[in-house]
Amino acid sequence: MPPKVDREKCDGCKAQQEPLCEQVCPGDLMTLGEDKKAYCRMPRDCWDCMSCTKACPVGAIETRIPYQLGYHLAKLIPMMGTNTITWTCIDINGKVERFRYVNRGRLD
Amino acid sequence: MSERNAPRDFSEIPTEIIETDILVVGGGNAGCFAAIEAKSKAPSLRVTMMEKAHISRSGATAAGMDAINTYIRTDKGETPESLVRWSRAQVGGGPIREDLALSNAQILNESVEMLEDWGLPIVKDEDGHYKLRGRFDISIQGEQLKPIMAEKAMEMGAKVYNRVAGTNLLMQDGRCVGAMGFGVRDGRFYVFRAKATIVTTGGACGIYKNYTSDYSGSHHQTWMCPFNVGTGYAMGIRAGAEMTSLEQRWVAVRTKDFSGPVDTLSVGYGCLITNARGEKVLRERYAHLGGDKAPRFVRLNAPMMEWLEGRGPVYVDTTVLDEEEAKDLREDLLNERPTFVLFLASRGIDITKEPVEIYGSDPYIVGGHTGSGFWVDINRMTTLPGLFAAGEAAGGSPNKFVGGCAAEGRLAARGALEYLASASLPEPDLTALSREKERVFAPLMRGPAFDGITPVEMEERLQRLMDEYAGGISQFYRMNEERLDYALKNVKMLQSQTQFLFAKDLHELMNAHEVIDRLDVAELLIHHLKFRKETRWPGWQTRMDYPEPNPELDCFVESRRDPGTGSVEVFTRPYQQLIPGDRTQG
Repeated sequence: MPPKVDREKCDGCKAQQEPLCEQVCPGDLMTLGEDKKAYCRMPRDCWDCMSCTKACPVGAIETRIPYQLGYHLAKLIPMMGTNTITWTCIDINGKVERFRYVNRGRLD
Repeated sequence: MSERNAPRDFSEIPTEIIETDILVVGGGNAGCFAAIEAKSKAPSLRVTMMEKAHISRSGATAAGMDAINTYIRTDKGETPESLVRWSRAQVGGGPIREDLALSNAQILNESVEMLEDWGLPIVKDEDGHYKLRGRFDISIQGEQLKPIMAEKAMEMGAKVYNRVAGTNLLMQDGRCVGAMGFGVRDGRFYVFRAKATIVTTGGACGIYKNYTSDYSGSHHQTWMCPFNVGTGYAMGIRAGAEMTSLEQRWVAVRTKDFSGPVDTLSVGYGCLITNARGEKVLRERYAHLGGDKAPRFVRLNAPMMEWLEGRGPVYVDTTVLDEEEAKDLREDLLNERPTFVLFLASRGIDITKEPVEIYGSDPYIVGGHTGSGFWVDINRMTTLPGLFAAGEAAGGSPNKFVGGCAAEGRLAARGALEYLASASLPEPDLTALSREKERVFAPLMRGPAFDGITPVEMEERLQRLMDEYAGGISQFYRMNEERLDYALKNVKMLQSQTQFLFAKDLHELMNAHEVIDRLDVAELLIHHLKFRKETRWPGWQTRMDYPEPNPELDCFVESRRDPGTGSVEVFTRPYQQLIPGDRTQG
């Protein structure tokens, strides 16, 4: 599923040799364009694992459901905490839900 | 990066030669556990990992995981033997390698507990035990599962080469002495010389076409990670390793249009499979095969039969859930398949009011789920001395999943350690190295005027061929001898045309080798499907010309391709029952 990059927010992780999305993508799909902004070189090949979306330090990447499978427009936005993750989900009717839970450490 | 570093001439390609004691090919779940075990048992040994992507988010667990499907709650009376008995029943009585399954089960719990020690949140019940959601399933908050394993492997001192795609084993005097590959980012040719090699490359996705494969963006809406293409199997096949049970394909029942998990809903939350008439399909039509607890292939095939017989669509009935349960369920899904929650939102579905539709997936070759993969001995050594396999790559022992693949990675590391104590490293065969370098980079060197085939074209041709002629989802997984013959003939045509593949950059070069690997797996798979002239696991393996099981085929089907002549030998090995009792009862 195509990750959609916000070209205003993306700074190409300029201090890094490779942007973080390019570093983590399991399909070698994220890369930098000549304008130093990240893009997905082959949207049809994305597995929608959201690794790039989680890794982006400026929140510039959104994972989209392709139109063949879902209607326009729902959003799912992850926020990575130290040992938690918070997800915000907005459905096509505008309903907003949040999910927050521990993703590192023992649950005792 | 891959565009910038793509070499245009063989003389531009640097060769990196790395010497190591243990080479792990593929840094997923089993690979990380193999590396960690090797370093903890023998800290002074050199352990090297070769990974096509980046180990922090590579392979089948890239997106995370919501459960570990095998953990033995001994306080509930479960034992390694009862897990093996259950696993055997889940594949309709087998045959399975009970020796392998039992040895995995014996170190399963400690492998899962290691994950908790490294920081994986595992849900507990009131007594402090891991909370069960099924008989052997425990819930985890596993969004970080992959980074946790990867960080531990690095902390233990494994040397990781990210973005190096494996292409072939390094064979010398009949022994495996490492592997070769190329840098997907740096364009170098890599040679890893190793006293022992462990292949943990996962399974094979993309041998078959998926029904959501449209031009505009959903080609990879697959259950298995689409970047796991069977490279480990293919490297073994090309070197003459014996493969087992490829015909026991894994096909999963999944949510329709988006390959979301169904067990999480039906097993974890009691949402039953229901047809268009509101009938509880498994309970009402498959009670004689175990009802809701029927073997996995029955749970796959049942919804597809409902479609065929005019009682589709089929659903998991989530309307039994209240608001809180529905939220808990989606939290579980966010851990394993986050975009499934986005998918539901993009359909505007409130699962407490509307059931979720289900359907079958495309078929996969995955030895962590069914029995397909390398034939291995109890030490996880393949039939190639010096080459070990674990996880999805190793066959014979199904239903390993996350915990079992971890356990098997550790067992393969122990096997490798025992082997390398007496193994030496011969001088490299330079002719073989330059031959492989030429083969690997050839698709990049064809020149701008070359009139050939792109990797995507060949991949799609293979996937549609297999779908239509070798029992894909468009055919409701059905096949017959003549169709398989057609598939085999055309796979061989495609293999003969790989010389026309061309790549414009290193990413496409990786894609070119992925399709070459898929072709080699497909070829042997068809031989296996042809040999099993019976129907033993309907859905996974449905022969329309032989619709019943044949007692004479209650054995393993094996294959080996001769690396010299290319001819394929198919033969059987006997099943050995170690755990007594009715094989179909878990």
